[in-house]
Amino acid sequence: MSKQRKAVALISGGLDSLLAAKVLLEQGVHVEGINFYTGFCVEGHTHAIRKKGKDKVKRNNALWSAEQLGIKLHIVDVIEEYKDVLINPKHGYGANMNPCLDCKGFMVRKAMEWIKENNFDFIVTGEVIGQRPMSQRKDTMPIIARESGANDLLLRPLCAKYLPETKPEREGWVDREKLYDFSGRSRKPQMALAEKFGFSEYAQPAGGCCFLTDKSYSDRLVDLWKARDDDRNYEMDDIMLLKVGRHIRPKPHFKMIIGREDGENKFMSGYKKQFAHMYATSCVGPLVLIDGPATEEDLALAAQITARFSKGRTEPSVTVEVTDAHGVSKLLNVAPLKEHEILAEWQV
Amino acid sequence: MSVYKLDARRLLCPMPVIRTQNKIKTLKAGDTLEVICTDPGVLQDIPAWCRINGHKFLSHETVDEEIILKIEVGED
Repeated sequence: MSKQRKAVALISGGLDSLLAAKVLLEQGVHVEGINFYTGFCVEGHTHAIRKKGKDKVKRNNALWSAEQLGIKLHIVDVIEEYKDVLINPKHGYGANMNPCLDCKGFMVRKAMEWIKENNFDFIVTGEVIGQRPMSQRKDTMPIIARESGANDLLLRPLCAKYLPETKPEREGWVDREKLYDFSGRSRKPQMALAEKFGFSEYAQPAGGCCFLTDKSYSDRLVDLWKARDDDRNYEMDDIMLLKVGRHIRPKPHFKMIIGREDGENKFMSGYKKQFAHMYATSCVGPLVLIDGPATEEDLALAAQITARFSKGRTEPSVTVEVTDAHGVSKLLNVAPLKEHEILAEWQV
Repeated sequence: MSVYKLDARRLLCPMPVIRTQNKIKTLKAGDTLEVICTDPGVLQDIPAWCRINGHKFLSHETVDEEIILKIEVGED
């Protein structure tokens, strides 16, 4: 009896990786999943910071996929290592700040390290030729295999028939005839295969699974770097706060993060010790964090903007409690800015 | 069999899951891990992670918006 081969499948939580892993399971391969957390992953829970949509089930789609497949899932924190991928992408960025080609190469390289440590035989991804404009093209797929060091240990079951034979196919660990020839952006072949496998529910994020593909998120990231004299290093708190609130930069050296609803205000309240902050006390209004070295004059302007976003926006005066970066609080009575005084170029 | 605690407050999923996973790697089968979290997403994710990885999710309770989850470590 031949030895059962072991593959690790990159599981994003989307349909393609779910199907790729299932194809291998159907061939009798032992499959375990791996999911890399970069900090930029679009998570239901991150969206769930906002109260809107609270009725939706909060689940991690990678875990959910693994459960559907009946496989183990290893979630790996790559936040620190990922910084270099984002800051110095060898192959550049896509339409926004998404370094997709470098990112995929990085993840396959990490998976390669993992299979060596855990005595697995090969790596599986759900890539499909032509599915993504940067990382999933026939000319870029070999780059990922080569630069990751995975070479012919990287199998893409959904489009394998368009690609050269890999070691798992050559060695008979998997049957190439039972692999697929999907290509292009159409989802119909995947949906048909999902139906064949009995998957009636699956995640299909419209913009992919990464915040860096999102224009407004990318704009905020670029703004953050620019405000720090192009120092591109970042902390987890930086990238989390880019996902939250309305961002307004009245002056180059400071930015306001304004909660848009209770869920965001509550989440942001966890940052009150780290940031100067303010909120209206004479009426209902948002919590506002101040990012950057704001002067007394800046805080007074920020208080007027905070008042603008409170329920007292039409009142002649609103009381705002302002706490500076040292934790010293005081009350300011300010006239809310008028709508036209919030300049369009302040919006980030 | 020992009881261990893990503070995963203020972390958003999947970080509490990752911390739980990494802590459990260091424990023995039969040990109990209590994880304290604030992201309600853990109520879905940690039980799911336990199911697929062979650990027993024992219970959860919410005290002052902090969620305490108890897990019995399974065999690897």
